[in-house]
Amino acid sequence: MPRKASKTSFPVTTFPKTPTGITGLDQITGGGLPAGRPSLVCGAAGSGKTLFSIEFIVRGAIMYGEPGVFMAFEEKAAELALNVASLGFDLKQLQKDGLLKVDHVEIDRSEIEETGEYDLDGLFIRLGYAIDSIGAKRVVLDTLENLFTGLNNQAILRAELRRLFTWLKDKGVTAIITGEKGEGSLTRQGLEEYVSDCVILLDHRVVNQISTRLLRVVKYRGSVHGTNEYPFLIDEEGFSVLPVTSLLLDHEVSSERVSSGVPALDKLLEGRGFFRGSSVLVSGTAGTGKTSLAAYFANETCKRKERCLYFAFEESPQQIMRNMLSIGVDLKAQVNKGYLQMHASRPTLNGLEMHLVAIHKKVKQFKPHAVILDPITNLVTVGTVGEVKSMLIRLIDFLQAEQITVMFTALSLNTIVNEQTDEGVSSLVDAWILVRDIESNGERNRGMYIMKSRGMKHSNQVREFVITDEGLDLVDVYLGSEGVLIGSARETQQLSEATGEVLRTHAIDRKDLEISRKRKVLESKISSLQQEFESIQDELNRSSVEEELRKNIMEKNRAQMMEKRQAKKEQHGKGK
Amino acid sequence: MAKESKPTKDTTAAGAKDVKYELRLYVAGKTPKSVLALNNLKKYCEEYLKDDYRIEVIDLLVHPQLAEGDQILAIPTLVRRVPVPVRKIIGDLSSKEKVLVGLDIRPIKA
Repeated sequence: MPRKASKTSFPVTTFPKTPTGITGLDQITGGGLPAGRPSLVCGAAGSGKTLFSIEFIVRGAIMYGEPGVFMAFEEKAAELALNVASLGFDLKQLQKDGLLKVDHVEIDRSEIEETGEYDLDGLFIRLGYAIDSIGAKRVVLDTLENLFTGLNNQAILRAELRRLFTWLKDKGVTAIITGEKGEGSLTRQGLEEYVSDCVILLDHRVVNQISTRLLRVVKYRGSVHGTNEYPFLIDEEGFSVLPVTSLLLDHEVSSERVSSGVPALDKLLEGRGFFRGSSVLVSGTAGTGKTSLAAYFANETCKRKERCLYFAFEESPQQIMRNMLSIGVDLKAQVNKGYLQMHASRPTLNGLEMHLVAIHKKVKQFKPHAVILDPITNLVTVGTVGEVKSMLIRLIDFLQAEQITVMFTALSLNTIVNEQTDEGVSSLVDAWILVRDIESNGERNRGMYIMKSRGMKHSNQVREFVITDEGLDLVDVYLGSEGVLIGSARETQQLSEATGEVLRTHAIDRKDLEISRKRKVLESKISSLQQEFESIQDELNRSSVEEELRKNIMEKNRAQMMEKRQAKKEQHGKGK
Repeated sequence: MAKESKPTKDTTAAGAKDVKYELRLYVAGKTPKSVLALNNLKKYCEEYLKDDYRIEVIDLLVHPQLAEGDQILAIPTLVRRVPVPVRKIIGDLSSKEKVLVGLDIRPIKA
């Protein structure tokens, strides 16, 4: 019958155990209370003993079909039914179904006189009758110590109690005996002497006005059990104990990446964002946009149709939703779609452990893919840094085991970044993003850089983190001869660069124009020279032609002349 | 003695008629303490109440369901049902004074 042990529980032994059905307790005890033996549950008034035991009976009846007898020495059956009705336990129905028998034992000292020897056979018979009438497997005696106030003869009482426990063992019922915490001993009447198999101590501690309920298994004969003090919660679903101390560091890891919601930030993280199931710390001074980053991450998670759980310790959900609308994130829509759940509580609402238990419960219920705690710094108001750290270690362990990505925001109180610890969690987280104010030239600007990011080659650059109406963005800071410039200085620089650019372009244009003009001038010169050349060439050509012609003509003339002369000579000769 | 400690209701003396004292003695079997208690009770009653009483002996081993009604824890328990208020005396009734005070009986002979 022992339930399947989860990662944080202890190995289930062969020792027969009766599961209590109380969330978490069966993990601590490795399966439940010792079967067929009495166990002692002790604690101060108001520590939840009666509730613990009634839940043991009711859960046994509902979850395991084991009928139980509740013998109340303090409250009347009707009162008891009324008290636990708020937890959804219907005692009347269970009694009708034969799964429960409530027997109120009233001891009124004023109407009892003692003379001589007696024994408690009456009680045995009543109990035996109640057990036999419904075939009970579980018995609760709450609070047996009331016998001591009603009866005087301590010697008889003690002998009878010893007999009672032996008798209960013989009956084979798993019993819970509750006892009020005494001075210097677990119970006022030393019941722990008789019930030696299993002792569970409930404590309700108030430190700095903050109360924390704690449970400890003081002793468990024949079985391994968790020895720590485990915080527990009593709420509308009853008792829940959480073995929130992880024993091993062996959870599965994912190499899947999830976007941070800010593309420019993803770019710094190898362009792909965080690892799924990793823990991310966003720290920074006041007003640097930590919550905005967290809201973006939440929104992005919801956009992927994954569930996100947002724990706010500073602002109410409505306030966050309103504020985030101004940067274009509509968280309300995601809440309405059921992807986002927001829980706001003041850290001082309860102790750290209770916060942890509450977060645990919510996570178990909602099964989110991402969890946001905003901001963890406020938790310091209810505990020391060391306590907060130990709580966060356990929270991170738990979330990582569940493959849930978690983002914490943390407020740094001073502007000097303490590289060592930020609530002491910086060494625990996988990625640490630092948002800080950079004050220069009479203005404050936000700078962001990644302090660490395990398992990836993240950027080492400081980016300017700007929040606009459109949302968050990261802008490259200006790196130049004048150093790192941000904010309006960066813009001025960019502006002057742009001006220079324009001027340069303009100058180039003008030069081009000049060149073309010069070219035109030269070209026109070239053409006129060419024309000149042509005309000269023409001239020259013409003169040569003339020459030719003249030559031809002269030759012709000479020929003609010669011809003429020849004729004359001939005529002259004849005449002689 | 054997007659009185029969494991059923047993009335002595005055039978079913109206009496001033209605007493019920719860026992669990014939234990020495129970026997002693019944004997003591009878002795006192005879001595101080004469016929004005009725004793009912209830053996819880036979009628365990009756234990709850009278809020019986200890055995033996003597319950004075009439006159009201209900008074209980537990133990073997060995102390006469305590029983008389407990039952609020004023000795007739005194």
